[in-house]
Order: sequence, then structure tokens, then C-alpha cells
Amino acid sequence: MVYRHWLDFEKSVEEIEKKIEELKLRQSEGGGRTAEEIDKLEKKSKKLLRDIYSRLTPSQITQVARHPDRPYTADYITAVFDEFMELHGDRCFKDDPAIIGGLARLDGVPVVVIGQQKGRNAKEKVLRNFGMPHPEGYRKALRLMDLAERFGRPIFTFIDTPGAYPGIGAEERGQSEAIAANLMAMSALGVPVISTVVGEGGSGGALAIGVADRMLMLEYSTYSVISPEGCAAILWKDGSKADLAAKSLRIDAQSLLKLGIIDRIVKEPVGGAHRDAPSTFKSLKTALAAQMKDLASMDTDALVENRYKKFRNIGVYAEDRRF
Amino acid sequence: MIWFKKDLFSRNHDDSKSVKVPVGLWVKCENCGEIIYKKEAERSLDVCPKCNYHFRISAQSRINIIADEGSFKEEDAGVEPVDALDFKDLKKYRERIKASQKETGLKDAIISGDALINGQKVMIAAFEFSFMGGSMGSVVGEKITRMIERAIEQRRGVVIFSSSGGARMQESILSLMQMAKTSAALARLRQAGLPYISVLTDPTMGGVTASFAMLGDVIIAEPRALIGFAGPRVIAETIRQTLPEGFQRAEYLLEHGMIDMIVERKMLKDTISRILAMLTERREAE
Ligand SMILES: [Zn+2]
Repeated sequence: MVYRHWLDFEKSVEEIEKKIEELKLRQSEGGGRTAEEIDKLEKKSKKLLRDIYSRLTPSQITQVARHPDRPYTADYITAVFDEFMELHGDRCFKDDPAIIGGLARLDGVPVVVIGQQKGRNAKEKVLRNFGMPHPEGYRKALRLMDLAERFGRPIFTFIDTPGAYPGIGAEERGQSEAIAANLMAMSALGVPVISTVVGEGGSGGALAIGVADRMLMLEYSTYSVISPEGCAAILWKDGSKADLAAKSLRIDAQSLLKLGIIDRIVKEPVGGAHRDAPSTFKSLKTALAAQMKDLASMDTDALVENRYKKFRNIGVYAEDRRF
Repeated sequence: MIWFKKDLFSRNHDDSKSVKVPVGLWVKCENCGEIIYKKEAERSLDVCPKCNYHFRISAQSRINIIADEGSFKEEDAGVEPVDALDFKDLKKYRERIKASQKETGLKDAIISGDALINGQKVMIAAFEFSFMGGSMGSVVGEKITRMIERAIEQRRGVVIFSSSGGARMQESILSLMQMAKTSAALARLRQAGLPYISVLTDPTMGGVTASFAMLGDVIIAEPRALIGFAGPRVIAETIRQTLPEGFQRAEYLLEHGMIDMIVERKMLKDTISRILAMLTERREAE
């Protein structure tokens, strides 16, 4: 299969794939022993891709997490859940298309789903504001979480945002307050919350729907306090040092698992979720159903207490008891 | 420790970023350029007598202004930052910590403890902006959380004076998670029916604003304090427009309904104590 978008570090695979395409074209015109050659090249391409993906650097992972062909929240919701019914609006200002949410079923169980939504083409990107929510998006999410709690429905959130939108309207309408209110409310929700980073986990704008009992990450997604570019600009005073920043920040799933920030990594196909979306959907569905089952047996008090402790215990410091 | 000394107003002139000291006895207002006799600045609680600009002050000066004399008892003074991620940008995080510790005499960007405010028992915390821009890492998150948990145990209200550039990047995801941790603790304080007054001072930004700072039962700001989620430069670059006059200043937030009031430094203590009294005073059943 030929992809429209190749990442710079995939160039060698792209070249082989192009050759395969040419051969296939010639074959259809009646070329001789091209079948054998195609087979050989396909094997080579597969191996090369596997090699590349077995040792991705953090900044390469960032590129995969932002890949334009990568499945977005709505794709996951459609594939993993049944009967999705989108609900709109924060009841204060407007409906923010950068966050979608609503009612759905997972294996027949009624649930609430919420996530940041990016746009696929130019027009949609603008509509979805590149997945960067305004305060009303977070307030819509909070409204849906409140609904879930009152009706005893588990909550699934999907994180995929460069961050909360930095704009005049966003500040005027209380971006900070909206995020803070979600953090506080989510910490005390009496229903299970399961979050998955499916692409970019951009800072407070991601965490605002991510105070969860279980935190999952797709293998090539990222989660960070600041984007590598932003970090490089501030700390290195040089935006081109994003590679270094990505490494230092430990934004990849493996690092975050080791740090105890996330609970599980959901494997992606070699080359990223977009190369075999159906298999990614299937893996995620299995993982989410298992987490839901696991949390269902817990009573509400224990659930809330465990969630509190989980976040309460994050942080590394030393203590001199003489003071 | 240094912050137990009574006469501490002398410290803040040396470590405050807003105050340039041309000669030992004079300070210059960063806003209007007025040269002020140091003693006069002290008397006016580091507020410019000419233009009313509120200088950035140290955590200890803040506590001295607010707490009843001799009532502040610091807690968790031994909690220290650790370079858990072995973070190095242009400088090692370790070195940045050391330099800031040396400069401020503090272990990290916050002082917390219990105190009396006009006789009322509270838990109080103040940020030290000169310690790595008052950024919140594991230590700040831990100390705020402990303070809130202690407030619940001892049934006291909480007052936090924020002054911070946001999350501490050198602690990466660990600092991001302090936003959730402190907000979760505040949810419990709320359930316990105890008041929390958040005071936003210049500047309060990023992950601090987007967590405990905007969760006050009552939110107060000092005049002209810069308060926001994203920094003005980031916003200007994103939208490619000049920002409106006074954008993200305390007065602008008040106008947009994001804070309860703007209070001058000299009125802060009295205002806080009256709010606490009106929220917590016990009345006989009628
Ligand atoms: Zn002045």
C-alpha cells in the first residue's frame, strides 16, 4: 500500500514502495519475472520498516503521534463503541468542535465517551481548531462527566491535542478556570474513568480530561508538560533543539510507563496505527473492555480513594527531616 | 532559619526581580521609573508611592505582611527538589536548583505553614518567584498538598499566594501531574466545608493558574497582576495580532468575571481575615 504521507525517517521504505508500485504497474502490462522481484522487495520493505520502528527516537515518535493519517478520536469511538450518540454544548457559550463526546455502548454496557478531535482536511482542521479546545470544550466535557456520574456510567476519554488553545477568547472565558475545574471534579468522580492518549497529550489541555483511574497510551503517542518545540524555545532558546527537548522530557509511552504515570501501553502495528487501523481498534477495544471489567467490581469509595492516592503519590523529592 | 527572623523586609529588595537597586538606599520603580527611598518603599509594603505599582516580593515578605507577628510556623521546610529525570538543557537542572537555593535561601519556590491572620487559624503558603520563576515541580505540589491535607485534619482554612510562571519544565510530566494532585486535595478541602482563598499576584501563569490558583472559594488579585493560562507572547504569535490593552491583567480578569476582587497590598490582610470570618464564624442557632 502506498501512503500519501511519509515521514522523513521512513524515506528508505518509501523508495522501495515506489519501486514496488512501478513493478506492479509493469506486471499488469505483462512483465516477466517481476512477481518474484516484487515479493523480494516487499519482504525487504517490511523488514526495513520493522527495523526503523524498533528504535524510534522520542522526536520520531512525536512525528508518528502527529501523523496526518493517524486515526483520530472519532475513528476510535466509531470502531470501538456501538450506538455513539454525540451530545453538544456547554450550556454557557457554545459547542466546541475540538472536543466531542456523548453516549455510547462498549460490549453492550452504556458508557460516556469524551475526546479531543482533530480535523483531517484543511476545512475540518480549522473547524476542529487543530484539536485545541477552548474553555467551552472543557466545560462540555465536565457536563458530560457529571451526567455520567449521576447515571452511574463509566467514562472513557481520548486524548489527542497539542494543548488548550492560547487565544484571546480562551483567556477571556477562563481557560485556566475551565481546566482547573475539570481536574478538581474528575478527582472526585464516583464512576470509573479510563483515559487513553491516542495521539498527542499536550500539557494541561490533555490532563483536563485525563484525571483517570487507568491511563493508557497507544505505543506511538506522546504525553508531555510542554511540546518539544515549546520547551526548546524556552529552555534552549532555540526552537530547532526540539529533538533534544523531546528526549529530555520523556514524552514517550515507554518512559511514562517506567515513571508510573501510565498503566498500560497498547501496541500499534509496525509503522504506526494508520498502517493498520482495524487492528489498532481491536487492540484498544480489548484493552478498554478489560479495564472496564476490572474497575466495575470496585465500590465507589474505594474507586475515589484509589484515584486520589494515585495522583497524591506522584512526585519525586527528597526530605530532610531535621527541619 | 532565616525566615524566622522578625526584621525581614530588608531581604526582599535584594531578591525581587522588579526592583533595581541603583545604590543601597534607593530603589527604582520598574513601572514609572520613580526613584524611591528604600525606607519609604518598605513602609508602603513595596508598592510604588507614585504609581501604585505592586513590586514582586519574596515569599517571606508576603508572609510577614499577612500573618500575625510571630504566629507563622513553617512546615515541610526539609522537602527538597530532586533531579529525577536527569534533565539538562543549557544548564543542568541540578545546577539550576543549587543556584536558586543559594540566591533565595529556600529549598524550592514555596514556603508553607500555619499562622494566625487577625487571630484566625489558617494554613498559608506563598510562592517565591525568584526561585526558578516560582515554577511548580514535585516539591511545590507536595507542599501544597500536605498543607491542604493538614488543613482538613486541623479544620483550618487555606490561603495561597501564587506567583509563578507555571509548571517546571525540568520535571516534565511529574510537574504536570502536580496540577491534578493539588486540585484533588482541594476537592477534599471543599468536601470538608473549609474555605480556600486564592490570592493571585504578579505573575500567575500556566499550570499554576490552571489548577489550584483558579479554584479559590474566593479569588483575589493584586492590582495589575499578570494572570493567565498561556503567556502573552505565545498568544500573540498564535493569533498574529497585537493583544488588547491591559490583556491578562487583574483588572481585565475582574471585568471578565474570572476573579472576585482586586485588593491593594495594604488592605490584603484585613480583607482576607474578614472573608474568613464571614465564611466560618459559628452562629448560635436562632
Ligand atoms: Zn511607580
